[in-house]
Amino acid sequence: MESKAKGGRSNAGWLLILPLVLILVPFFVVPIIGVVVASFVQSDGFGGIIPSFTLENYKGVFTSGLTYQLYWATLKFSVFAWIFSLLIGFWIAYFLVFHVRNPLLALGLFLICTVPFWTSNIIRMISWIPLLGKEGLINSALIKTHVIDQPLDVLLFSSLAVVIAYVHQLTIFMIVPIFNSMARIDKRTIEAARDAGASRFEIVRFIVLPLCKTGIALGSIFVVSIVMGDFFVVKVMSGGGSASVVGAFYEDIGVLQYPTAAASATILTIIVLLLVVTILRTVDIRKELTR
Amino acid sequence: MTDHPLPTAGADPVPIRRRRALAPSRDGRPWTFYVLATLFTLYVIALYGPMVCIYILSFQDVRGGLVFPMRGTSLHWFVDLFTQVRTGDVKGAFSRSIRLAVVVTIITVVISFMSGLAFRKRFAGDSVVFYLMIGSLVAPGLVLGIGVGLICNVIGIETSWYTTALGAQLSWTLPFGVLVMFAVISRLNNAWEEAARDLGASAWQTTLLVIVPILAPGLVAVALFGFTLSYDEFTRSLLTAGSLNTLPLEIWSMTLNVTSPSLYALGTVTTLISFVIIGVCLGTIARIQKRRAAGPAAH
Repeated sequence: MESKAKGGRSNAGWLLILPLVLILVPFFVVPIIGVVVASFVQSDGFGGIIPSFTLENYKGVFTSGLTYQLYWATLKFSVFAWIFSLLIGFWIAYFLVFHVRNPLLALGLFLICTVPFWTSNIIRMISWIPLLGKEGLINSALIKTHVIDQPLDVLLFSSLAVVIAYVHQLTIFMIVPIFNSMARIDKRTIEAARDAGASRFEIVRFIVLPLCKTGIALGSIFVVSIVMGDFFVVKVMSGGGSASVVGAFYEDIGVLQYPTAAASATILTIIVLLLVVTILRTVDIRKELTR
Repeated sequence: MTDHPLPTAGADPVPIRRRRALAPSRDGRPWTFYVLATLFTLYVIALYGPMVCIYILSFQDVRGGLVFPMRGTSLHWFVDLFTQVRTGDVKGAFSRSIRLAVVVTIITVVISFMSGLAFRKRFAGDSVVFYLMIGSLVAPGLVLGIGVGLICNVIGIETSWYTTALGAQLSWTLPFGVLVMFAVISRLNNAWEEAARDLGASAWQTTLLVIVPILAPGLVAVALFGFTLSYDEFTRSLLTAGSLNTLPLEIWSMTLNVTSPSLYALGTVTTLISFVIIGVCLGTIARIQKRRAAGPAAH
C-alpha cells in the first residue's frame, strides 16, 4: 500500500510541477543551450552566423586584455556590494529581530525596508542624481558649511556612485533572508547562553551567526549574481567611466557580433554558476527552504 | 543545531564576568539598541531620501532642472511626459507594462502554487527542477535575452512583449514565486488536509476549499511579487520585447536621452502605481489576517 500511494503521489507531483518545467525549459534551458551553441560558430560579420565549429570566439575573448580588466572591475564591484550589503543587512535584521520588542512594530519596520524592493530599480538609481551631482544636495551642503570649496567630482559618475547604487538596491536581498533565519532562532537559546555567561559578542558569534548561515548564503547568492549580471547601474552611475562584463557583450550585440557575445555570455554564466554552487555548498538550501 | 559547542551551564568555567558584560543601561535597553536604532534610521533615510527628492523635483515648473533648488511648482513635466513626442510613447508603454504584469501575476500565482504543492513531497527529478529554478533565478538576465533572441532568429519568430518577453519575465518571477511559496507552505499543517480527506473531501475539494483559503495571504504575497517584478523588469525584457517598449525600457531610453524633470515625473508616476499595488496587496493580507483573528469569536 505504501509503495502504491507513493507512486500515485509521485505522478501527482509531476503533474503539479509540469507547468513550471514547461516555462523553464523554453525560457531558461533552451536559451542557455542556444547561447552555448552560438559561442562555437563563426560570424559572417553581418549579423548572420556560419554553422561551422570554431573556437575562435573563445580565443578572442581569452586573449583580449580587455576581458580581464572587465572581470576585475565587475568582481571589485561585486565584492564591495556584497560586503556593504551584508554588513548593513545583518545588523538591520539583528535590530529588527532582537531589539524591537513589539512584534507588530518589528513587522512594520521590516515592511518599511522592503517596500522599495517592489518599485523600479532604474528610478531608484537615478534618484541619486539630485543628491550626488556636482550641484547636488551633498555638494552644496558641504560647500555651504565650508568643508570644501570646490564641488566633489567623485560623488556622481564614479565607482563610488556605482557602489552606492548597488548597496541601495541590494541590501534588501540580505535583510529578508537573514531576518527570516533570525526570526526562527529560539529566543531561549540566547537566554541560555546569556545565563551561561556568554557576552553579547559571543552570542552573535557563536549562536546568531551560525544559525543565520542559510539567510546569509541566500542573500549572497542574490547580491553576487545580480551585480555580476548587471550593466545598467555601471553604465549610468559611472557615467561611462567603468564598464562591466555584461555591458561589453551588450555592445557586441549592438554591432551584431552574436558569436563573440555568446562566448563572453557563456563564460560569465559559468562563472556566476560556479560562485553560486560554491555558496550553496556551505548550506543545504533546499532542506532549509522546504522545511 | 550548530557546529559550535555552546557553553553549557555545568561545564562553564567563565561565569565571573557575565554580570558586567550584559548589564543593561538604566531604562533596560542595552547600548547596542541605540547604535543599531541609529543605523536603522540612517538606512531608512538613505532608502527613501533620494526617491523623495525626485518626487519633489518632478513638480517643478518649466524652468526646472535635474537638481535642487526647486524652480517653481507646477504639473508641467507630467503633462510634458504624456504629450511630448520626444519622450517617446510613454502612454503605450504604461498600458503594455500593466497588461503584461497582470498576465504574469496570474500565471505566477497559479504555477507557483502548484509547484509549491509539488515540492512538499519528493518526486523523481525534484532536485533537477529545484536547481533549474535556482539557475533561472541567478543566470544573468541579458544572457537569457540573447539566448531567446537567437532561438527566435533560428526558428523564425518575431520577439514581442506579449510572447517572448512574457516568457522571459516568467523565468524570473516564477522562481521568486516558488521561493515565497516555500516559506508559506512550511506553515501548512498536513493534519488539516487529512481531516478534510477523512471527512470525505475529494482532492479538488481539499485543495480549493481547504488549502487555498489557508494559504490565501501567501498567494497574495506571490501576486505582489509577480506584479512588481514584471512591472519593473528590465534586463530580461531588453532583448526579448521586440519593437514596442515596456515601461522600464522606456525609462531606460529616457535615462540616456532626456535630461529634463519629465524623467523624474515618470519616476513619480510609476512609483505611485507600485505603491498602489503594494498597498492593495498588503491591505488584503492584513484584512485576511484580521478576519482570521476575529473568526473563532464569531462562531
